[in-house]
Amino acid sequence: MNLEYFFSLFLGGMTRGSIYALIALGYTMVYGIIKLINFAHGEIYMIGAFTALIIGGALSLTSMNPVAIFIIAAIVAIVYSAAYGYTIEKIAYKPLRNAPRLSALISAIGVSIFLQNYVLLSQTSDFLPFPNLLPEFGFLKPVENFLSTTQFLILLSTAVVMILLTILIKFTKMGKAMRATAQDQQMAQLVGINVNRVISMTFIIGSATAALGGVLITTHIGQINFYIGFIAGIKAFVAAVLGGIGSIPGAVLGSFVLGLTESFGTGYISSDYEDAFAFIILILILIFKPSGLLGRKENEKV
Amino acid sequence: MSEVPILEVNDLSMVFGGLRAVDSVSLKINKGEIVALIGPNGAGKTTFFNCVTGVYVPTHGEIKINPPEGKTAILNGLKPNTINEKGLARTFQNIRLFSSMTVLENVMIGRHQCLKSGILSSILRTPKQRKEELKVLEDSYRILEKIGLEEYANDLACNLPYGGQRRLEIARAMATDPFLLLLDEPAAGMNPQETNDLVVLIQRLRKEDNISILLIEHDMSLVMTLSERIYVVDYGKMIAMGSPLEIKNNSQVIKAYLGEDIDA
Amino acid sequence: MINLKKIRKAILTAVWFMFLTFPLMVMKVNTIENTVQWRWINLAYIGISAFIFSLFWEDLLKRRDNIASKDKKKSINNKISRKLENKKIRNISLFVLILIVVLFPFIMSMYQTSIITTALMYVVLGLGLNIVVGFGGLLHLGYAAFYAVGAYTYGLLYYHFGLSFWLCLPLGALFSALFGIILGFPILRLRGDYLAIVTLAFGEITKLVLENWNDFSFGPSGIANIPRPMFFGIKLKLAEVTNFTYFIAIGLTILTIIVIKRLESSKIGRAWEAMREDEIACQSMGIDITKAKLTAFSMGAVWAGIMGVLFAAKTTFINPASFTTWESIVILCVVVIGGMGSIPGVIVGALIFILTPEYLRAFSEYRMLIFGLALVIMMIFRPGGIIPKIRKTHQFKVKEVKE
Ligand SMILES: Nc1ncnc2c1ncn2[C@@H]1O[C@H](COP(=O)(O)OP(=O)(O)OP(=O)(O)O)[C@@H](O)[C@H]1O
Ligand SMILES: [Mg+2]
Repeated sequence: MNLEYFFSLFLGGMTRGSIYALIALGYTMVYGIIKLINFAHGEIYMIGAFTALIIGGALSLTSMNPVAIFIIAAIVAIVYSAAYGYTIEKIAYKPLRNAPRLSALISAIGVSIFLQNYVLLSQTSDFLPFPNLLPEFGFLKPVENFLSTTQFLILLSTAVVMILLTILIKFTKMGKAMRATAQDQQMAQLVGINVNRVISMTFIIGSATAALGGVLITTHIGQINFYIGFIAGIKAFVAAVLGGIGSIPGAVLGSFVLGLTESFGTGYISSDYEDAFAFIILILILIFKPSGLLGRKENEKV
Repeated sequence: MSEVPILEVNDLSMVFGGLRAVDSVSLKINKGEIVALIGPNGAGKTTFFNCVTGVYVPTHGEIKINPPEGKTAILNGLKPNTINEKGLARTFQNIRLFSSMTVLENVMIGRHQCLKSGILSSILRTPKQRKEELKVLEDSYRILEKIGLEEYANDLACNLPYGGQRRLEIARAMATDPFLLLLDEPAAGMNPQETNDLVVLIQRLRKEDNISILLIEHDMSLVMTLSERIYVVDYGKMIAMGSPLEIKNNSQVIKAYLGEDIDA
Repeated sequence: MINLKKIRKAILTAVWFMFLTFPLMVMKVNTIENTVQWRWINLAYIGISAFIFSLFWEDLLKRRDNIASKDKKKSINNKISRKLENKKIRNISLFVLILIVVLFPFIMSMYQTSIITTALMYVVLGLGLNIVVGFGGLLHLGYAAFYAVGAYTYGLLYYHFGLSFWLCLPLGALFSALFGIILGFPILRLRGDYLAIVTLAFGEITKLVLENWNDFSFGPSGIANIPRPMFFGIKLKLAEVTNFTYFIAIGLTILTIIVIKRLESSKIGRAWEAMREDEIACQSMGIDITKAKLTAFSMGAVWAGIMGVLFAAKTTFINPASFTTWESIVILCVVVIGGMGSIPGVIVGALIFILTPEYLRAFSEYRMLIFGLALVIMMIFRPGGIIPKIRKTHQFKVKEVKE
């Protein structure tokens, strides 16, 4: 047993888990409120990554400080993804609020196809490298064998986002309105909650965290193309379901379980089946806990 | 009375988390009886039905049937469809029709058990299968006639007026040929005229189809007219049992209803 | 009714979209060569399109809602469905259809025939998935796995034992149905979206196994040189075999339609629908939903298995790349676009869905973009699909029944 190898796998898994968590949050929040599997969510993440690449790439032609460029690119990407999320909800999902749920799902699939091709056509189908903007953090020197700067950054930002989100949902008025709407939309409306605003807000927050995930992963992996959203979206969705879709702590837990499973699975078993581990753990967990790790067991009242 | 009851529930309890929704309830129904189960909102009546029909698995207790034709059986742990096969049929308080199917098709679903042909004979359309299908169609139509819904046969169930939907629930349950019919608030939302018709219908069903009926209802005048015996539950516990007259004058029952006017 | 308020709103929308699309549409960064290209003209296009879009969008939505509230009662049939019910119209259109079907391969080019054959395969796949999703209400996102089972049944049985297409056709159906049952068991307890994601997972796992288990499936390189169907033991020329495959596809399509129509109007078909509408009420009416679910999965899988065999025979080459989740989603779209639960709907849905992109090749770059947009618009303005389900009605002569 090589301890260092184990640690690097563990931290690799945590890093993956963090990225999944940032995307899965959007899935789970949207699902919690309008019961829609937002298939286009992975594309929002991709658009976040692309926007960061464009802004970062353009600014790095100037003589600006790389760290400042990175921060500006990240902020622009987050703002843009949030704007995309907001707009998509208004156009493609809002008119379908009273339609059968499958209609909304197909609409989401349509949006996903549209956005992929929109980026493909307006940009390129090639993989583009992400400019290297971040310096290596000196204090990570002793552990650089298993924790890189970007990994550290990913873990740190995810933790910060989780804390902020928890505060938002637990203690703010908007958070309360969100929880109320998730419980019972009609009732929330009756007690004077502006449900439209809550839904928009959910999309904005979910898209923003996904964009952050997109920016972080591109700096970590170093290259992107228009197709990265699909598989990341599915994995994050798996994570959300694994944890119990609709539950925010569930999404986070599910993401880390998924990230670690994949990391250890590829590290100790076989890297051929990298993607299969996610699905196998999903099936195993759902067979024994049909509503996910932290999902409420729906004891339907008859 | 040495008669064997067709349904015998002993010491039934259903616990949800910390809530004892049904708490050691025992109940008997004899052949041909109409029995009512009453109690304030949230008393556990529907939960009792759900336990008896297999929708919930009771935490404790025994449910035994002695069908007029057929063997004695314990229903605990059986699935709803098996229990239905054994001759218990029910309606739902919050109407659960197959709403985008037609009225006739809803009743035909009830006849499911009576069809013996399998998938292969359906694909081949064997003469036997066709005859069976035709019979189901006619049987279902007859049931609709009996309930008085034949003119709506080809309408979607969701387009029926409220009272009609409640009657369709009964028609669908009757289509399964039960010996015991469990009705969960069949008159809820009906106007007085519809309620009167319902009373006549229930009495007719008992007489013509030789069934027994267990009925949950908040409409006291209906309960008093129809039922031979009444059980009263409150907070999951059985607090009284007796004839309508006895129940009317039972002080505990009056207290449970607290101000609710029960001698309507 | 274009008024000032609307124009103001349209301008705002235009500005919003110009902002939204700015980085992606205007800037083009190449991080390899370190260049930035500015395409300002796109900004004008976006602005103008968003302006026009905004002027009409809300009116269209309002019109849609008005129509919906006018016939508040869900009507049993819609216009097209009612027309199809009319005997005379039906017979005429059927006759015309048969004429076209028979003559098609002799009039059109081999390429066209081949495309239509593919479309017909999607008709059958759509009808098969329709059993699970449309009738049974079980959202299935891994249908392509069954398709793969069929294709590999033929591929492998031919490779190892030299079995013929015709023998593999029923075997493919059988294996696929068994696979459906095996898949069905662990997921009986799951509902709705949990079911959807697990079926998706099964589909992905199937693909990954095919990709990586080289000894069994020959990995990503797949199986080549699978023989095309033979005509009573005679090997046909390419042009002939294309037509022959077309007629096999027609035959199988007709078979599928007949079988599924019969299933639909039988005991099991009603049980599936009741299960879709309300599982608890369905069980309380004496239907065993375990059985209903497993039969829905296996009866749905049968058709994918058969089509898998045909696919292998038609393309003579199979590899895991043909059986992705994307493929499952395409088939699901066929069902939903056509009209869930509606057999004519699914047929039309498959033809439109598969043929339109083929013939949109002129705009080849833009076709997927348009396609995605079309899905959204379709769902907003016609959520029930192109031809919604027709409910069967029965006429009774009151007297006859009473006697
Ligand atoms: N599936 C469930 N999970 C948790 N609690 C439940 C469930 N079903 C019922 N209960 C609770 O059990 C209690 C009894 O409910 P039940 O529906 O049986 O009452 P009821 O007598 O039918 O009332 P009503 O007259 O309003 O229909 C209620 O407090 C209810 O909230
Ligand atoms: Mg009740």
